[in-house]
Amino acid sequence: MERFTTLHAAAVPFARDNIDTDQILPARFLHMARDADHGACLFRDLRAGPDGTEVADFPLNRPGWRDARIALGGRNFACGSSRENAVWALHGHGIRAVIAPSFGDIFAINAVKNGLLPVVLPAEAVAALMAEAEAHPGAAITIDLAAQTVTAADGTVHPFDIDGFTRHCLLEGVDELAFTLSHAEDIAAFERRMDRGNI
Amino acid sequence: MPDQDAAAPRTMFEKIWDRHRVLERPDGQVLLYVDRHLIHDGSEPAFDMLRRRGLPIRAPERIFATPDHYVPTDTRDVTAIPNPALRAMVESLDRNVAEHGIHMFGLKDEGQGIVHVIGPEQGLTQPGLLMVCPDSHTSTHGAMGALAFGIGMTEVTHVLATQTLWQRKPATMRISVDGPLGAGVTAKDIILHIIATIGAEGAVGHVIEYAGSAIRGLSMEGRLTLCNMSIEAGARAGMVAPDETTFDYLKGRPFAPRGAAWDRSLAQWRRLPSDPDARFDREVAIDATTIAPTITWGNSPQDAVAIDGHIPDPADEGDPERRAAMQDVFVYMGLAPGMAATDLPIDRVFIGSCTNGRIEDLRAAAAIARGRHVAAGVTAWVVPGSAPVKRQAEAEGLDRVFLEAGFDWREAGCSMCLGTNGEIGAPGERIAATSNRNFRGRQGPGVRTHLMSPAMAAAAAVTGRITDVRRLAEA
Repeated sequence: MERFTTLHAAAVPFARDNIDTDQILPARFLHMARDADHGACLFRDLRAGPDGTEVADFPLNRPGWRDARIALGGRNFACGSSRENAVWALHGHGIRAVIAPSFGDIFAINAVKNGLLPVVLPAEAVAALMAEAEAHPGAAITIDLAAQTVTAADGTVHPFDIDGFTRHCLLEGVDELAFTLSHAEDIAAFERRMDRGNI
Repeated sequence: MPDQDAAAPRTMFEKIWDRHRVLERPDGQVLLYVDRHLIHDGSEPAFDMLRRRGLPIRAPERIFATPDHYVPTDTRDVTAIPNPALRAMVESLDRNVAEHGIHMFGLKDEGQGIVHVIGPEQGLTQPGLLMVCPDSHTSTHGAMGALAFGIGMTEVTHVLATQTLWQRKPATMRISVDGPLGAGVTAKDIILHIIATIGAEGAVGHVIEYAGSAIRGLSMEGRLTLCNMSIEAGARAGMVAPDETTFDYLKGRPFAPRGAAWDRSLAQWRRLPSDPDARFDREVAIDATTIAPTITWGNSPQDAVAIDGHIPDPADEGDPERRAAMQDVFVYMGLAPGMAATDLPIDRVFIGSCTNGRIEDLRAAAAIARGRHVAAGVTAWVVPGSAPVKRQAEAEGLDRVFLEAGFDWREAGCSMCLGTNGEIGAPGERIAATSNRNFRGRQGPGVRTHLMSPAMAAAAAVTGRITDVRRLAEA
């Protein structure tokens, strides 16, 4: 997994609430192999018409945001389907962090396991970041995972929370599977207790 | 780990959570043991990740598989799938289960079906179990008093390798629905009403326990419909306390315990319901008498109205961002502000899915279809949720009712709920669907989906428009 330490990049706003993972990656792309170009399919049906013509006012098509590496989302960002492919699409496009007031639970879990950082900030803070992005498209903001802060282009600092171990995995670029496997004996002991009917 | 001191009252969720704790990390996340792992024909990426890491599967006997997302519903012949990429998905599951000795309900097997239909049907889903599956509608299984939730592919890999999963403990929410249900009101209408009430984000970070007289009065299949859509309110899981309805449903099913084991299990299951003094982080009360047959109008399951109501007017929305979002939805869905819910002509009907593809759903739809005919210009499909549901329906003659009424009678699979198998509508088509999501493009690019109960979908099919089923039922 790719490390996440600090990120200084443009933030592209997706202002709507309840953006679902069917929008982020439509179902007809779900059969694509893990290493296929999911980024090319990110928001496919919002980003382009049926013939592939770009929708001019879709945020990813606007100057300043084409290469944004941070996304700003509305409430309940990436709700719906558990498809991890939605994370692969964002990551494949180059997005490394999403800042929103809340996330679909499954998406937020999938994200951190792929080096994509979901940052929960209060709705007012996200609204301020979006307003700033609209006013200055392409202006960079900074996310510092070790310090657990988002610094707006105007210098405002927003602290955020994250589980300690998740933070460790992202900072080091390791996943939790090796850690769990190192506890195989605890799992075996649990299974023995279960077999004896003590659970 | 023995049950904790009974002195502290616990919710049903907490009892199951406590029983499955293997370890706790310093940051508070808990390693939970997974009793049953359901997989489907979209699970290949997890097997691939496992292969790349050279890891074995820890407990193949705890995994159960069936192809549902990519299977065609006009044939049971895998080689007949014209798109090689989709065929490869179905074939990859065959290969993976053969390689690892995983129990499979294959495409031509008598037990095949949508994973969330066959779990309860086979008796794999049982009270007190912890179950996961790479599909967000895994919340379905909570209807039997299991703790069940959808996971992503990396988590599937983790469960394959360790039979465990790290989780942060969710908060709890009890939704009590009390009072008698009106005519034509089903579990689908209850859950659409609940989502409209608490919102698509209403239960994020929470496990819902549904309670109250209206819930206790639901059949097992109604409860499965209810819990199925918990994820549409953002919930981690949805649950109903097991009771005689649950036990009667489960007894004698292929994977249910038998004899002395049944008696031991039953004694355990009776201790599962939340303790009387258990505290929930949130409580929501719903008056069942206020629930009417309900449809959705927009692109979120929270956009629901009573069938005798009106679609809202974006002009009434005070927040400019939300008003703009609503206006976009109106354009996409082809709606006029304030129009009656029954003013919508439809092109297609889809009856099926893990939400409403069970035998009671097909009976309800057939009761409306019987003696009537699908309206001119409308294409109507009935897709049973499983092969056993299909056989049962045929034994009851429901297939003939549907066929005589002009419906297509198809094989089991997810089909047009999400169209991963290529079964989608055409751009601009308006579909009355019994599935769970009305997201933009869910049933195909440009397709307009309205969610409703099976009887309401059948009523739409025979009238060619969204219709109050109570008017047909009276006729």
